[in-house]
Amino acid sequence: MRSLRRFLIRLSNFATRQSADQRLQEEIAEHLAFQTEENLRAGMSPTEARRQAALKLGAAQAIREDHHAEQSLPFIENLLFDLRYAVRMLLKSPGFSFIAVATMALGVGATTAIYSVIDATLLNPLPYPNPDELVRVEDDLPGVGAQGVGISVPEWRDLESSGIFQSASITGTGANVNLTGRAQPLRLSFKQVTPNYFAVLGADAQLGRTFDPHDGTPGYNLEVVISDGLWRREFGADPRILGKTLRLDNDGYRVVGVMPRGFRDQGSTSEERSTELWLGAGFAGLPFPPPQRDTRLGSRVVIARLKPGLSIAAAQGHLDVLVASLKKQYPAEYPAQTAWTVRLIPLSETIVGSVRQSLFLLFGAVGLVLLISCVNVANLLLAKASARGREIAVRQALGAQRTRLIRQLLTESLLLFLLGGIAGFALLFCTQHFLLRLVPESLPSSSDISINWGVLAFALAVSVAAGTVFGLAPAWLMSRVDLVGTLRQEGRGSSGSQGRARARQILVISELALSLVLMVAAGLLLRSFWDLFQVQPGFNPDRVMAIQTWLPGPNDPGADIYRTATQESVLVREILRRSRTLPGVENAAVGDEAALPLGHSHRSPLPLIREGIETMENQAPVIDSPIVSPEYFHLLGMPLERGRLFSEQDLEDTPQVAVINRAAARTYWPNQDPLGKRVRLRLDSRELFSSPKPAWTMIVGVIADARTESLANAAIPQIYRSVYQHPAKDLAIFLSGQLDPSAISARVREQVQSIDAELPVFHAETLDDVLSSSLSVRRFSMEIVAFFAGTALLLAGLGIYGTISYVVNEQRRELAIRLALGAQRSTILNMVLRRGLGLAAAGAGLGVAGALIVSHLMAGLLYGVSPNDLPTFAGVTLVLATVALAASYIPALRAMLLDPITTLHSE
Amino acid sequence: MKEKPDVLQGTLALMVLKTLDVMGPQHGWGIARRIEQISGDLLAVNQGTLYPLLLKLEHEGSIASEWGASENNRRARFYRLTGAGRKQLQAETHDWEQTAAIIARFFKVKAEDLP
Repeated sequence: MRSLRRFLIRLSNFATRQSADQRLQEEIAEHLAFQTEENLRAGMSPTEARRQAALKLGAAQAIREDHHAEQSLPFIENLLFDLRYAVRMLLKSPGFSFIAVATMALGVGATTAIYSVIDATLLNPLPYPNPDELVRVEDDLPGVGAQGVGISVPEWRDLESSGIFQSASITGTGANVNLTGRAQPLRLSFKQVTPNYFAVLGADAQLGRTFDPHDGTPGYNLEVVISDGLWRREFGADPRILGKTLRLDNDGYRVVGVMPRGFRDQGSTSEERSTELWLGAGFAGLPFPPPQRDTRLGSRVVIARLKPGLSIAAAQGHLDVLVASLKKQYPAEYPAQTAWTVRLIPLSETIVGSVRQSLFLLFGAVGLVLLISCVNVANLLLAKASARGREIAVRQALGAQRTRLIRQLLTESLLLFLLGGIAGFALLFCTQHFLLRLVPESLPSSSDISINWGVLAFALAVSVAAGTVFGLAPAWLMSRVDLVGTLRQEGRGSSGSQGRARARQILVISELALSLVLMVAAGLLLRSFWDLFQVQPGFNPDRVMAIQTWLPGPNDPGADIYRTATQESVLVREILRRSRTLPGVENAAVGDEAALPLGHSHRSPLPLIREGIETMENQAPVIDSPIVSPEYFHLLGMPLERGRLFSEQDLEDTPQVAVINRAAARTYWPNQDPLGKRVRLRLDSRELFSSPKPAWTMIVGVIADARTESLANAAIPQIYRSVYQHPAKDLAIFLSGQLDPSAISARVREQVQSIDAELPVFHAETLDDVLSSSLSVRRFSMEIVAFFAGTALLLAGLGIYGTISYVVNEQRRELAIRLALGAQRSTILNMVLRRGLGLAAAGAGLGVAGALIVSHLMAGLLYGVSPNDLPTFAGVTLVLATVALAASYIPALRAMLLDPITTLHSE
Repeated sequence: MKEKPDVLQGTLALMVLKTLDVMGPQHGWGIARRIEQISGDLLAVNQGTLYPLLLKLEHEGSIASEWGASENNRRARFYRLTGAGRKQLQAETHDWEQTAAIIARFFKVKAEDLP
């Protein structure tokens, strides 16, 4: 308390310092005048009177200084003094200051940019209260190699009453719905959720309400909650929207609430996170299948909120006990060979899990760039030290303490780094709109990325930390001058710079090594990306466009005009016929969303029951099953290997047939001929009402594998069925030919809506675009790392140039003498170049070792290229050596062209 | 340089306060001369150290200052004791006497007096 008061007094003194000091000076002068007068009266001569008065008073200057030190804050004062001095020093050499500040601006700006991305994605992926309590519950059947098979309604009820969760909700993973009754039918993305969904997330509506968590309606409760975006875009932010009825897939839903502007749904795809409608449903009544323990709700997930304070591991323990007891209670529903388990996954993991590694890579890369920038500036500071050796020696000779000198030098470097940091942040702030456009949309929470106060704090903290660490070493080395040697030498303080020269070499070597690491990382990513781009996907995306439509599926199957395959085939054939008449179209086919290569966001695999192997659905493995029209394989260039493809004669009332890919044949009929084998797939819930017992489907053909799920993964098993035998709601129309992507969408819409005016037409994309956007996160990280690597190379080049120039400058005299004594100019050139190459070789050696470690750490991000890829390492080392050579060549040339006479004279 | 002035300054402050108490408002040089006169050669006060002390006392509110004219019509800053200063003087006089009494008692004690 007392020290605080003293501090405050001192602080106020500090502010009023000027006046107090002045006052002291006045008083002392006054006192001297009095005393001198008195002395004169005593008969002294005027000079003697003044002298005696001054003697009696004591050392006035010391008194003032003592008073000052006691009454004010020497630390802050020194700091201010140092700052003033530092600003003067920076202004004195504007070129140096500009380069240093610009280098730091680059380093800090880039680091801050990546940090802002990480801040929005990894650090705050879930915009809900207490996000740590949120988990996703996944059902697996490891016994048959099936993951995420979905939950059944009785299991969900068991979870709800287990005491592990505050509550648990079932939610769809995003699907299409038709909003009709307006000028244009509008396709929206919706989620069906149990009424407690918003309670689980902890989100509330900005207008109206969300669903009543205790609502027990078995099917849809015919209530809808809409997003703020939809409300503003389609309803003009009408406050009287509540209670209005929206016609969705031909059923009326009452709007009960509007979610707030910042609300974003959870999910693993950007499509899912931008859901605009939520429909409440119990998943236990029409149009859902009856709630049986063995009827799993595929393609739906369970999101739950753990009891407060319960760790995921502990909850998993409780859950395992529950699963074991359920298995004992219902042995028929949980056959032992499927080994049913239930797994808890942190919800954040499902969102950022796929991009975490890429983001870490980016952060690592930008960290290296920052490090290189810092090293470069430290290097510049050391270079300046040689010019200031004399100044520092003089100050030391006059009694400046070493700590005081270090403090002052540190202030200078801190000022540089801070200015750089602020400049970097300002740059980032000004270019944020441009930069944000580079971020791929598929990155989770990409819309939340912003340059905010937290980001500014990060930038400042990084600058200060870097300034302290990288300013301290040069300051230490600079303050360690050999006084006598430096002062005796007339020119620059070159003695005592031995340590500095070594430090500079170490800095340059580490700079070269770091940039080699970055370049290797960039090179490997580039090669992976290139390989991925070159990979044969097994289908031909050239000149193919996909345009989606959505057939409404009303809750009452009886009201569905496209309920059976026969009904739907009329529409499909008409769409295909009309599409073929469009200009440029050579071929047309239809498939469901699962048949859209790389473009579908969710797999919804079905249990595969092989005749004679599995008897029950819950024992079966699961398989992806796209639905396509007969032209599909030909249009996408997927070659038939055995058997036949679908024909126009495979109809609903003819025997059911299927085509599988080679991966499915290999996986499910190893060493057998799959042709003629019969399987049963669980039917779509809608089909349950039309045919109570699924018929056997015969495999009639095998096609070659295609990478339709991801370019990086080999083909996974697929079983294709014909749209003329199985209706699908989520249709994609595939067109091939000379198409005009900008015009075709409107033409197709015209044609489709002239058949059924209530069908929406959306998402027209060329398959080439789909292919390239499936690589967008990879491309993003590759481009950024490549940019960083280029920057690093530039900085390293500057670093080696600076160091060699310095060495040449330092040895001017020696070189001049050599030349004067008859040394060949080419010898001088070689001598200097060898020095540069020596540095490059040391840097490359270290760098290769570092790069090997880094490349193995990022092995998961590589595709088709080994982490030890020799061409990459060799190529990068060569590039580095070339740059080092080029950077040393200029100073070497200068050394060679030195005029011995002028040089020796000027020394 | 902290140890010695601390003791000295403590006593010096007391001397200043007492001087002002006895003589009424006085300028800096007057105070210095007075202290010199009373202590004689026994106390070699560096007169300069008086002024920081005066500033400090004024800052603490024990004394106040204003401009006035000296006996030979020289403009000078006159210091006077404030109410707070008077209280401080009383308290410090009491402390000082107590300390002096204790020290005096110690000096009186002889070896045979101890039990």
